[in-house]
Amino acid sequence: MELVCPAGSLPAFKAAVEAGADAIYIGFKDNTNARHFAGLNFDDRKARQALDLARDKGVKLFVAINTYAQQREWHRWKAAVDQAVSIGANALIAADMSVMEYAHTQHPDLHLHLSVQGSATNFGALQFYVNQFNIKRAVLPRVLSLKQVKQVAAANVVDVEVFGFGSLCIMAEGRCYLSSYITGESPNTQGVCSPARFVEWRETGQHLESRLNNVVIDRYQPEEKAGYPTLCKGRFDVDGHRYHALEEPTSLNTLTILPELQAAGVKAVKIEGRQRSPAYVGQVVSVWRKALDKLKQSPENFRADNQWMEVLQSLSEGSQTTLGAYSRPWQ
Amino acid sequence: MKITLGPLPYFWEKNTVLNFYQAAAESPADVIYLGESVCSKRRQLSQEDWVALAKELNQAGKQTVLSTLALIEAESELHSLRRLCELAADENLLVEANDMAAVQFLSELKQPFVAGPALNIYNGSSLDLLARAGCIRWVPPLELGKDAIADICEASTQKPETELFAYGHMTLAYSARCYTARAHNIPKDQCRFICLQHPTGMKATSQDGQELFTLNGIQTQSGKCLNLLNQWQEIRSQGIELIRLAPESPAVLNLVSSLKDSMENDLTTVTPYTEQHCNGYWNRLAGMELQV
Repeated sequence: MELVCPAGSLPAFKAAVEAGADAIYIGFKDNTNARHFAGLNFDDRKARQALDLARDKGVKLFVAINTYAQQREWHRWKAAVDQAVSIGANALIAADMSVMEYAHTQHPDLHLHLSVQGSATNFGALQFYVNQFNIKRAVLPRVLSLKQVKQVAAANVVDVEVFGFGSLCIMAEGRCYLSSYITGESPNTQGVCSPARFVEWRETGQHLESRLNNVVIDRYQPEEKAGYPTLCKGRFDVDGHRYHALEEPTSLNTLTILPELQAAGVKAVKIEGRQRSPAYVGQVVSVWRKALDKLKQSPENFRADNQWMEVLQSLSEGSQTTLGAYSRPWQ
Repeated sequence: MKITLGPLPYFWEKNTVLNFYQAAAESPADVIYLGESVCSKRRQLSQEDWVALAKELNQAGKQTVLSTLALIEAESELHSLRRLCELAADENLLVEANDMAAVQFLSELKQPFVAGPALNIYNGSSLDLLARAGCIRWVPPLELGKDAIADICEASTQKPETELFAYGHMTLAYSARCYTARAHNIPKDQCRFICLQHPTGMKATSQDGQELFTLNGIQTQSGKCLNLLNQWQEIRSQGIELIRLAPESPAVLNLVSSLKDSMENDLTTVTPYTEQHCNGYWNRLAGMELQV
């Protein structure tokens, strides 16, 4: 299985290369990608430097142009596709039909990967993208159980990539408007979720309160560790109970089911986290490199090493990890 | 401008459903969307039941459309979707595609379809691409505002009809997890159809008492109810051909009547705004905002 790793900056890119990534995905400095955060991502010069680094080590470079192109700004998505081609990216990760159509007709040799933001959760949907745009790979949304991933991979419509580690989107990606409902900015349109400029922390005397566009997302007692106010990870009241109504602050970690994913025919695992530091990227990629190497040596004897799990846990949201939707009881 | 009733968002007892559509047959709604679009386990009515209901409503002079499930995960759900598409083709019924799998099946069958609000159409090229696959009507994604919708309609060369979701709690997200089962602390696989106990969903409220979301099985809906009905003149003047209300409760038929009455008599207020309403997306604001 190919190890696909994130980089939001040149130093993170270097860290991923050195830690053993097979492929690294990046985005440009605008809302054409789903991690459009201040100070993050690559301009043309940095992208070319990244590509030089990648080529030296035999690492592939993918460019994520995976938000939805709005009519008035459509030229920006078109320019991003042309730019990805001009720097020599190995593949484009896209979600919008018009972006894929443009790439497929104008640059027929460019490999297209359907982004997780494309929200294709079954082989019927995948067939559409294969027929229309000849996609070579699809990244599956984090809503499928292991059994369902197996079904999609077994249909053999297109190569399948799944998420291995990182922040956990619990909604079908590409179809979540929680962020724009509260702030007006969403992953689909602006490449952001629960954007930082709407975050506010208030010390009320009794507790620390996190707000997003003035909406209370959580309140923390002094002994509690406060987390970033991502909408789906807040504590809300339902039927007289106060709890994480949607999901707890936690990260996805599928290290323990790697043999099953491989046996299912999954071709690549993706590490989430273009917004993360070079140190984070280096540590996470290094653990996954070791795990995949061990899996390759002897799949039948593979066991997730305790030390790997500890490293990943220490780097996780709320210091806890989950198998998410891969595990049926989670659902 | 035609008035449409979207698919049922909540899980109701079969009799409630049948009584509702009997009343809807008498209402001024022009188009009625039928079927289960939320959860494959909600099967009080079979696909055959829905088709039979569609034909009855056709007899009453309504156009009917069968809506598909929006989030398709299991292979069994995909097979059931294909069956629905084939059934609709045999019966000459229109289908609303809420997942690209439905688009794929319907285009294979050469059947025209409605592109539902869960398909991501953010520009004219995407709309035209779907139109070439058979889309004759589209419902814009709920987070798009009036300018964005107008831009797409203008840019489209194929010009399928536009239907605007204008009243009801908005579906903001779909998940593998069932939040209704989670709220009852029971596993999704043993849900005992607990959502039957919540015919208008469950409210998730912030710790300072603001109604943020409505939990509806695997859907997270808006806490507030979208109300664009009082802006029907602006909507019509933008060239939008159909206006959709979600059947949140049987009382929605009163709103259908009052919208029809307002349209016939050119009255502005269909239903007064309350604090429970929002219209932010249409007015280029955060979705939860209300601009009066």
